[in-house]
Amino acid sequence: MNQLINDPSNVVADALRGMADAHPELRVDHENRIVFRGDAPVQGKVGLVSGGGSGHEPLHAGFVGPGMLDAACAGEIFTSPVPDQIMAATKAVDGGAGVLHIVKNYTGDVMNFEMAAEIAAAETGVEVVAVVTDDDVAVQDSLYTAGRRGVGVTVLVEKIAGAAAGQHRPLAEVADIARRVNANGRSMGVALSSCTVPTAGKPTFDLPDGQMEVGIGIHGEPGRRRAPLATAAEIAEMLVGPILGDLDFTGGDGVIAFVNGMGATPLIELYVVYHEVAAILAKAGITVARSLVGPYITSLDMAGCSVTLVKTDDEMLRLWDAPVRTPALRWGA
Amino acid sequence: MTATVDTAALTAWVREFGRLIAAGRDLLTELDSAIGDADHGVNMDRGMTAVLAALAADPPTTPADVLKRTGMTLVSKVGGASGPLYGTAFLRMAAAAGAADALDAPGYAKVLRAGLDGVVARGKPAAGDKTMYDALAPAVDALDEALAAGRPLGEALRAALRAAEQGRDATIPMVARKGRASYLGERSAGHQDPGATSVTMLVSAAATVLGGD
Repeated sequence: MNQLINDPSNVVADALRGMADAHPELRVDHENRIVFRGDAPVQGKVGLVSGGGSGHEPLHAGFVGPGMLDAACAGEIFTSPVPDQIMAATKAVDGGAGVLHIVKNYTGDVMNFEMAAEIAAAETGVEVVAVVTDDDVAVQDSLYTAGRRGVGVTVLVEKIAGAAAGQHRPLAEVADIARRVNANGRSMGVALSSCTVPTAGKPTFDLPDGQMEVGIGIHGEPGRRRAPLATAAEIAEMLVGPILGDLDFTGGDGVIAFVNGMGATPLIELYVVYHEVAAILAKAGITVARSLVGPYITSLDMAGCSVTLVKTDDEMLRLWDAPVRTPALRWGA
Repeated sequence: MTATVDTAALTAWVREFGRLIAAGRDLLTELDSAIGDADHGVNMDRGMTAVLAALAADPPTTPADVLKRTGMTLVSKVGGASGPLYGTAFLRMAAAAGAADALDAPGYAKVLRAGLDGVVARGKPAAGDKTMYDALAPAVDALDEALAAGRPLGEALRAALRAAEQGRDATIPMVARKGRASYLGERSAGHQDPGATSVTMLVSAAATVLGGD
């Protein structure tokens, strides 16, 4: 597999060096693998810390900046960061108003963030609240699983909670709105190809041409089922159907419709899919209030896409529209 | 006679655990490939290699010191779910060891149970979830029972090892309800749990090193 890298085991460190070079407004702690907004900590503002395994870029470091995250911790590819990193980030962004952890629901991520929060609180007294995202309808949410995976909604939670924190709202309120976005969000994804972890050097799973994997996560996990490749219209139905079956999206102030690229799929195909998604929503009587189209939470070089819908209210939309200035999401500022 | 588990004995226990993990690295990774993300052997070996280096560079002076430094190093180096689980277990063991210079048999059993309680607090497993708990919990129970029946520590640890091995083997038909394996649902049955396998090595190391009565 051809990859633009120097050494497979240095990909995360090398990419962070590139981020530091390209974005001098950010501050990168290379030893702890943390990307900070340059002016952190912001006094009186709740600090937002996220992080996770690398390989999902621009998530999370690409969302560091005014109006979104204060710090992002980068783990190894597809491996949670360790508590030392998260602790260092938490202490460094605490501007006296507490710190919110935004954590995708994977056992390792949840436990590492939990430990970091406990130790940071014991050492410095910083108040930490964690919000765990779990929006993937491809995983059954029951007593019998680790719960749904956190995927696309994480981007929207980071944006909306970031805007709330930017208005210097208290920690409990910022956490509440983050939870509200997650509770009203659902996602589902499809892979048209596997991804290749640099240190493995070969695709994680074998997906022949003309086949697709429906209901995938963002780490090359197997999906719900394998099926012959279908048209964009049919795929849109396969993704939006289970989402609409899981939550009533009618009413409210409409939805944020997010069509995400998994890494290797060109934007032109994502717009083809978006058109189909919009048509399905219109037919179902669901108003699209805002949209987002592009590769924002990826799985290395996987081809495919995911659809995320969030049922909004007036407050969420105002926070969505608030100015944001990060490497990957930037408007109004 | 009263067995005592001192700083040197606990250090030897941790070393033997590291040796077993290194020797079992490929087995653990293979088990994890079937139902997880194929990194348990690599992650645990990286962590235990760092632990052994840390203990060698600056030999610990108390039982709590051995356990605390083992726990802190595992938390920092392992990542995934195993880092917090094993790290919490050792940190809770350190707290239970307190300021003692050496532990007697019931004291060691109390320390091991504190480790189990740490795993429960961190991972919230229940019996039958197909996790390390399914091997560690019966081992700790067996250790307590044997000591309560007046058995010497060595014999009690061998009983604990038998219980851990039975618990580990019993994970094979289980359907996972925790961690990444749970996404597989019924497809997780038929595979031995990697965490139950590595924690059985921890009990085995205790039986080997501390079991000399």
